Amino acid sequence: MNAPTDHATRTAVSVTGLRKAYGEKVVLDDVDLTIREGEVLALLGPNGAGKTTIVRILSTLIQADAGTATVMGHDLRSEAGVVRGVIGVTGQFSAVDNLLTGEENLLLMGRLLHLPATERRARASQLLERFDLVEAARQTPATYSGGMTRRLDIAMTLMGRPRLIFLDEPTTGLDPRSRQIMWQLVRDLVTEGVTILLTTQYLEEADQLADRIAMLDRGRIVAEGTPEELKRRIPGAHIRLRFADVGSLDKAALELPEGARDDEDLVLRIPKEGGIRSLRSVIARLGDDVAVEDLSIHTPDLDDVFFAVTGSQAKEKTL
Amino acid sequence: MSALTNAAQDSATMLGREIKHSMRLLRLLIVSAILVPVVMLLLFDYILGGTIGQGLGNAARGAPYIDYLVAGILVMTVAGGCGPTAINVTMDMTGGFVDRIRTMAVTRGALLAGHVGVSVLRMLVATAAVTGVALLLGFRPKASVVDWFAVIGIVAAFSFALAWLSAAIGLVTKSVAGANGLTLPLSFLLPFLSSTFVPAESMPAGVRWFAANQPFTAVVDSLRALLTGAPVGNSASLALAWCAAIALVGYLWSQAAFRRGTR
Repeated sequence: MNAPTDHATRTAVSVTGLRKAYGEKVVLDDVDLTIREGEVLALLGPNGAGKTTIVRILSTLIQADAGTATVMGHDLRSEAGVVRGVIGVTGQFSAVDNLLTGEENLLLMGRLLHLPATERRARASQLLERFDLVEAARQTPATYSGGMTRRLDIAMTLMGRPRLIFLDEPTTGLDPRSRQIMWQLVRDLVTEGVTILLTTQYLEEADQLADRIAMLDRGRIVAEGTPEELKRRIPGAHIRLRFADVGSLDKAALELPEGARDDEDLVLRIPKEGGIRSLRSVIARLGDDVAVEDLSIHTPDLDDVFFAVTGSQAKEKTL
Repeated sequence: MSALTNAAQDSATMLGREIKHSMRLLRLLIVSAILVPVVMLLLFDYILGGTIGQGLGNAARGAPYIDYLVAGILVMTVAGGCGPTAINVTMDMTGGFVDRIRTMAVTRGALLAGHVGVSVLRMLVATAAVTGVALLLGFRPKASVVDWFAVIGIVAAFSFALAWLSAAIGLVTKSVAGANGLTLPLSFLLPFLSSTFVPAESMPAGVRWFAANQPFTAVVDSLRALLTGAPVGNSASLALAWCAAIALVGYLWSQAAFRRGTR
């Protein structure tokens, strides 16, 4: 399920030819990326793919070795100060002040953003309410659960009403309930018109939240598109039939010559074209005398896409 | 708003944050910043003072050992504040907090300014408290009002210098243990290798030259002269020159380390 987008034409982030290396180790290798205003772009990739490095460069924490990037129309190198004024960043590691209470943390952000005192207080109590932290407001984060700390972290990011938010692995290490809360939060932000760059190593998360996904592997974007576009790239929808014995498999393979048989598992995979009709025709052609132990339909998910794309990359490298 | 008012406001915000931190850790700070120097004072005055005092000869100017000792203990009190400052800076750097600040339109130097400012405040409060205890234990200073202002000025300058140095140490170490370890020479070794407890001239030849010419000795000597009513000579200006040099090194070092930043 994706949040509705108005396909805004304005560009929030534009990156071309981004490179970053630490000594011999190339972390980012010629990355191009565009995020449109109002959309959620998920950077998807395993640990060490370079997701965090992209976030750190775009949030002005480190400089790229090469390439250009604009954020909300401002050049990252020459106008870093302006960029800092329009972005909000929630990093992978909690960035809350552990000696201050939740409320004091928010008020501290308000001071650093130079908000007037009344607005500061109003905004802080509003965010405490929204993030279900009212009861914990006067306690220090030492007493918080992981999910609460993450919520406070994001609330601090929102004190300044940023128009573009970077969320670096916002649900890593959270329990399923906290993850759901975080997902809802991202969806709410999108309806408010906030642009979000999200990094994740969970395919499901990207599928759930992102308008567009950029798959990152070893510092390169290996695939990019909407979740549906990416899934369509993998021709993999098939009906999987499992049989009790080789005899049944033989009979079925005779009836369904387009299927690929797997004698070891006693399985026949028939490419599935179209909807329910193809399923009905497969069953009809099988007839009544073939004993089917199990029938399942396999549709490609982002896992397939990811492994297909990174698998081919791996092959390229070894060649 | 101009950059300057922003800088002042951000530094004040960070100072306020650090004051809050200090208040939250008050008991810990009282132990490390006040109790430790008081214990040193008691140990050296009551337990070792009899023998040391007799051995001092002319250096004590006929006064009890405590009058000689207090200047050194005050310098140790200031130096004792180095560890907590370095640790606070390290904790900010290794947690995500400094990265958050870096991604915001916050004046660059504000975070360190807050740390250094509160560090100086803590050192001054601790020295005042230790001075009070010393008076209760029989310390009888012969300083005039002007001398006292000079004492406060030198203590403040020394605090400022060591605070910047500690901030730099906190920036370059990667762990709390590292920050603590690297400040130990400042808070423990250098005071012993100076005129804190005994005159440098009484030390073995190998360390004598070092002890006589290192900054802690300059600061201790100037404070001791002011407090005991001895001729100050050029010791005060030497002490202030050392403070300025240390502050400058500490400042430049921490600016470079902060810019290098991400680890």
